[in-house]
Amino acid sequence: MKRVSTLLTSLLTTSFLAGAASQAQAYRVFVSNEKENTITVIDSEKLEVIKTIKVGQRPRGIILTHDGKRLLVCASDDHTIQIYNAETYEYIRNLPSGSDPELLALHPSGNPLYVANEDDNLVTVVDLEKGVVITEVPVGVEPEGMGLSPDGKVLVNTSETTNMAHFIDTETKKTFDNVLVDNRPRVAEFTADGKQLWVSAEIGGTVTVIDPATRKVMAKISFDIPGVTKDAIQPVGVRITKDSKTAFVALGPANRVAVINTATFKVEKYLLVGQRVWQLALTPDDKMLFSTNGTSNDVSAIDVPNLKVIKSIKTGRYPWGVVVAPN
Amino acid sequence: MLFKDSLWALRTIAKAACVAVACVAAPLGVACSLAADEAATAGAESAQGKLTVPMLYAREIRDVPLPLSLLDLPPPDDGIAGGKLAIADNNTTGRFLNQEFTLDSVENAKTDGLIADVSAKVAAGTRFVIVDASPDTLLKLADALKDKDALIFNAAAPDDRLREEQCRPNVMHTAPTRSMLTDALGQYLVWKKWTKWFLVTGTRPEDKAYADELRRTAKRFGATIVDERVFQYDPGSRRTDGGFEQIQQQIPTFTQGAKPHDVVMVADEGELFGEYLPFRTWDPRPVAGTAGLVALPWHPALELWGGTQFQNRFKRMNNRIMRPLDYNVWLAVRAVGEAASRKRTSDFKELVSFMRSKEFELAGFKGVKTTFRDWNGQLRQPLLVTTAKLLVSVSPQPQFLHQFSELDTLGYDKPETKCKAYVVK
Repeated sequence: MKRVSTLLTSLLTTSFLAGAASQAQAYRVFVSNEKENTITVIDSEKLEVIKTIKVGQRPRGIILTHDGKRLLVCASDDHTIQIYNAETYEYIRNLPSGSDPELLALHPSGNPLYVANEDDNLVTVVDLEKGVVITEVPVGVEPEGMGLSPDGKVLVNTSETTNMAHFIDTETKKTFDNVLVDNRPRVAEFTADGKQLWVSAEIGGTVTVIDPATRKVMAKISFDIPGVTKDAIQPVGVRITKDSKTAFVALGPANRVAVINTATFKVEKYLLVGQRVWQLALTPDDKMLFSTNGTSNDVSAIDVPNLKVIKSIKTGRYPWGVVVAPN
Repeated sequence: MLFKDSLWALRTIAKAACVAVACVAAPLGVACSLAADEAATAGAESAQGKLTVPMLYAREIRDVPLPLSLLDLPPPDDGIAGGKLAIADNNTTGRFLNQEFTLDSVENAKTDGLIADVSAKVAAGTRFVIVDASPDTLLKLADALKDKDALIFNAAAPDDRLREEQCRPNVMHTAPTRSMLTDALGQYLVWKKWTKWFLVTGTRPEDKAYADELRRTAKRFGATIVDERVFQYDPGSRRTDGGFEQIQQQIPTFTQGAKPHDVVMVADEGELFGEYLPFRTWDPRPVAGTAGLVALPWHPALELWGGTQFQNRFKRMNNRIMRPLDYNVWLAVRAVGEAASRKRTSDFKELVSFMRSKEFELAGFKGVKTTFRDWNGQLRQPLLVTTAKLLVSVSPQPQFLHQFSELDTLGYDKPETKCKAYVVK
């Protein structure tokens, strides 16, 4: 009896999911598994793993070229960036990256590529086409977060031990301002309208919103979750919808993704996801959000319009970075 | 004596015109006087508007016996190497804020001599002194500086009395206390349900102090000391060509007939015999305490929470692995740097009151922020439970709860403190 009802439930769930997802386009979601040296590829509609790619050692930051054809993977322990064909999943070549590359940002024009070298206090600027280092920009200790303004004119890098957001002019390739934020800033993300810059501070437990024009702090957002100790609230990944209205912040060992209104800076909801949630990625249509849950070895799929976690998808060990194909 | 022969290649990272960098590769305690004189500009902005914050590392040269294992020989720059890294980290941030940090150093075998050396540097403008000294020397130094604008960081002494009945208002502590270490270990053993402890104690006073804290931990967390023996041992020469033949006979005999126990707890802080216990006990039982499974503030193989980059930076700069004393000194120098960058000042009173406030927090590669206890200046931090090679766990264990901070389940808590002198200046 029990088996039948379980089967029935799963059938119903599947058909419900299929029904809901059929309105959305299917994208491929790439997840780097830090401890397994693999990339898991997930179908955003079926919410199933469609491929596992063997890559270099300790894959962390991953991005796709704007045409969706190339997948770039920071193989941190190999001190290189690997390029894969995002359609056939074949390895193409390595890019020079500087030591211990962790996170990447690609200029809106498609070139150059900006690399945070966590071990070297540098941001490396790489010509993606020629495969050469253009220059290195000195920043604070343990650079990590990389955010590009929508017009590509300003690159913001965060340094984890210096606790700053460094504003870099992409023309002159020099820092022109530095804003102190709370302890251990991990991710920097501009809103699509370029009017806000969001910086998460993992140990500080806050998100600082900065006005990119004046570099003044507009708001500092803190989090309060009943039953979760303050120390467990560690903001890392930040993603903002294209209409610049809703921000999602991954809260690490608090196992929650916060949903924040960018006009009021108020947390509107906490979504319960897997354990130690770090990075986030939205589908191009902003209908789905994926979170990498490091300790529980899975990805949570979040229905954005309904703000509901709808499925956990098993990945490799310690999923870290996530990116969604543009097409 | 190990330290006397050594020349420290102490490098102040600073290159500013207002501070003479005179102590590059100079013998300790001799050079660097120029730098200290120039440091009199501290606390005030120099002509270029640059803030300078000079710090001092003071070490009492002690006659310590060599460790049993060749792997554990202390490097001549134990401690100050962590200070050098923290200065570099502070200055990387300082570059963006027009602030500069320097680290000078003195060492002396005589307490009075060390106090004189430190007092001279303080008179010349140094405000923050990181100390690696015995507890009694530390107290004398604190009392000698009590009316001065100077703050001491205790980076080495684990003695609880320095934070309790003999606490001093001008001392903060980055070294964890004995009670924090035994609680960290005890929480893990209780979680593991190894609650019957056979305690083996050495004869030195610090061994007895460690054993006392183990007793307190057992009582606090529900373990029982079922048997107890004192290891009478004159270590003699540590370097002999041979020795294992006798130890192989002695340790089983010594541990024979103990009441049924889950784990052998060894209290031997000087590491004179503890390392002889694992794999030689009469009953096949694990060893924990000061040998075997130990609690530490830092471990050279820790890679969690961004630790890899921190370990790599240290290794590149100092050509060796990072030890717990290096980490304690790093924390102290970084605490000052963190305060100066947040407050944008080198004003002594402002920095000290900020470090002691609830607003102050320091990221120490421990996954959560570290902060100072406001009743005795002790840094609260997670502690590592480790074997020689790898991390086993991190305490506090999740099951040990606290109404304010789980980190205060380690060591003496506010309601039990005996510290009366600690007042916020």
